Amino acid sequence: MEPFTKHTGVGVPLRRSNVDTDQIIPAVYLKRVSRTGFEDGLFAAWRSDEHFVLNQQPYRQGSVLVAGPDFGTGSSREHAVWALMNYGFRVVISSRFADIFRGNAGKQGLVAAQCEQADVELLWKLLENEPGTEVTVDLETKTVRAKDFTAGFSIDDYTRWRLLEGLDDIALTLRHADDIDAFEARRPSWKPVTTPQTT
Amino acid sequence: MTTTRGRTLAEKVWDEHTVRRGEGAEPDLLYIDLHLVHEVTSPQAFDGLRLAGRPVRRPDLTIATEDHNVPTVDIELPIADPVSRTQVDTLRRNCKEFGIRLHPMGDAEQGIVHVIGPQLGLTQPGMTVVCGDSHTSTHGAFGAMAFGIGTSEVEHVLATQTLPLRPFKTMAINVDGRLRPGVTAKDIILAVIAKIGTGGGQGYVLEYRGSAIESLSMEARMTICNMSIEAGARAGMIAPDETTFAYLKDRPHAPQGADWDAAVAAWRELRTDADAEFDAEVHLDAGTLTPFVTWGTNPGQGLPLAESVPDPERIADETERFAAEKALSYMDLEPGTPLREIAVDTVFLGSCTNGRIEDLRAAAEVLRGRRVADGVRMLVVPGSMRVRQAAEAEGLHEVFTEAGAEWRQAGCSMCLGMNPDQLKPGERSASTSNRNFEGRQGKGGRTHLVSPLVAAATAVRGTLSSPEDLD
Repeated sequence: MEPFTKHTGVGVPLRRSNVDTDQIIPAVYLKRVSRTGFEDGLFAAWRSDEHFVLNQQPYRQGSVLVAGPDFGTGSSREHAVWALMNYGFRVVISSRFADIFRGNAGKQGLVAAQCEQADVELLWKLLENEPGTEVTVDLETKTVRAKDFTAGFSIDDYTRWRLLEGLDDIALTLRHADDIDAFEARRPSWKPVTTPQTT
Repeated sequence: MTTTRGRTLAEKVWDEHTVRRGEGAEPDLLYIDLHLVHEVTSPQAFDGLRLAGRPVRRPDLTIATEDHNVPTVDIELPIADPVSRTQVDTLRRNCKEFGIRLHPMGDAEQGIVHVIGPQLGLTQPGMTVVCGDSHTSTHGAFGAMAFGIGTSEVEHVLATQTLPLRPFKTMAINVDGRLRPGVTAKDIILAVIAKIGTGGGQGYVLEYRGSAIESLSMEARMTICNMSIEAGARAGMIAPDETTFAYLKDRPHAPQGADWDAAVAAWRELRTDADAEFDAEVHLDAGTLTPFVTWGTNPGQGLPLAESVPDPERIADETERFAAEKALSYMDLEPGTPLREIAVDTVFLGSCTNGRIEDLRAAAEVLRGRRVADGVRMLVVPGSMRVRQAAEAEGLHEVFTEAGAEWRQAGCSMCLGMNPDQLKPGERSASTSNRNFEGRQGKGGRTHLVSPLVAAATAVRGTLSSPEDLD
């Protein structure tokens, strides 16, 4: 994973709450077996409407999405994160994220920045009144800036550290392989296995 | 989650699976007892393992099935959609390469991943269960801590059999009283979600408790826990009891002999202590509940069937009002229309929410001797091949086909329309599944979430109905 410290890009106002992962990428687009190429499916149904924000210039080149509360609800599909990143987004700002989406974003290096809804509203107005306004998201200082607007955002410290360092979760866990071995040695023997145990 | 006071069920399961406590901001490392795998969210995880040269740590705690993409007709033929076929073939190759048990299309044990785990007796109380699918919460009905994960986490579990996680908060959902006839687990959970909202459970494990929950069968409990994610919760749990043990006894993977006794003794400890405290509590009176349906485009936008389409003007909260306006526009509904007057084109009975044998029995009882209304298509999709087989042994398939419904093979089917079972643009369904999101069942399709009883009655009348509305 590439380290993330600071990103500046065009902000895209998405005035919708409960943007579920079926909206971010509908199920029919989930059939690829790679992690790339999902940008076509991003907001597929909404993008068929010419008035949709991503069909407008200069929002089309956006990389910081500013959405309503409860972003990423529903399906656990990590394809939602891949689709956003394949399209070019590096940050999503919302006042509330669904847990699984936030987790998936953190694994892939997409910053899910949680702001107060009042700040989201201010950003929406700014981005709508002055399309193409660039938003800077600084993970080190946990701040969002655009023109005169500045606000803090929250993100859990561990995810922030991993994103800043660009660290692979699995490698971090495998440092504790001894602990896993020890745990397995004390699991009750009656716990089920899916296959007949080989000896 | 360690404290000096009593512990909740969720805290007990968490503590028992903690491989290592995190220091400072670091998460705990949690051991995973069972990892369920399907074709959609796993290919990139297996690719990651190959790239890093990592094996699957515990193939013997992993099981795979084909469910999301599979067609529900002509399953003896190759899958027509080449992209779906590639995804299924990829799963088969990966399972072979990494030594994972797979139940492919047509196999006697194939079915929706959340139906086959419990059916095989692999889902047991006090376990940690994960799957790259948000409806993994289903398995919480057994007192397991079960939750959906993304593909990066699938890879993590395959490689390490653990997940780094921060403890969840706990919320008690107390449902007391006696359900009226015709009111089901589906109505309970739709009412819970309408009450706490699609974000109300965020960060929480929900524990469903109270006399109404205790009186439910295992299958009904699974329906409730299944939809915990629709309230935003990480997981939903129900403490195991005699109903749980009776369901598990003699299942293929249930402990046998002395192991069974040891297991039951351990399972009896899996209850929230009297002096435990939940981070939040919600109360619901089961006796006041009536059949519940959704009118909007998220599972929290629901009302009793006897009510009418709400008027967004009367919603005080601006965000919710805007969401309701968008929902009504998408659903093509007018405020004030009685929900019972909404006509549907399609009825879908199935899914990991309501695709088990009791669901099929309940719907068949309503359809017996009746006909599906003219112009309405009804799809009956069993949750697994075993469910299908059991239904046929009881003659339920004949009840469905004689009523004019289609009797299909097992899979996720129209719950998410990854296979050919989809709504056409503008079509409206009454669906026993779990999500009424825009386009969920097919681009432009409109979904009303209902119980199996409401689904069957709706099929007969052609408009949203409960069995009480039938002659």
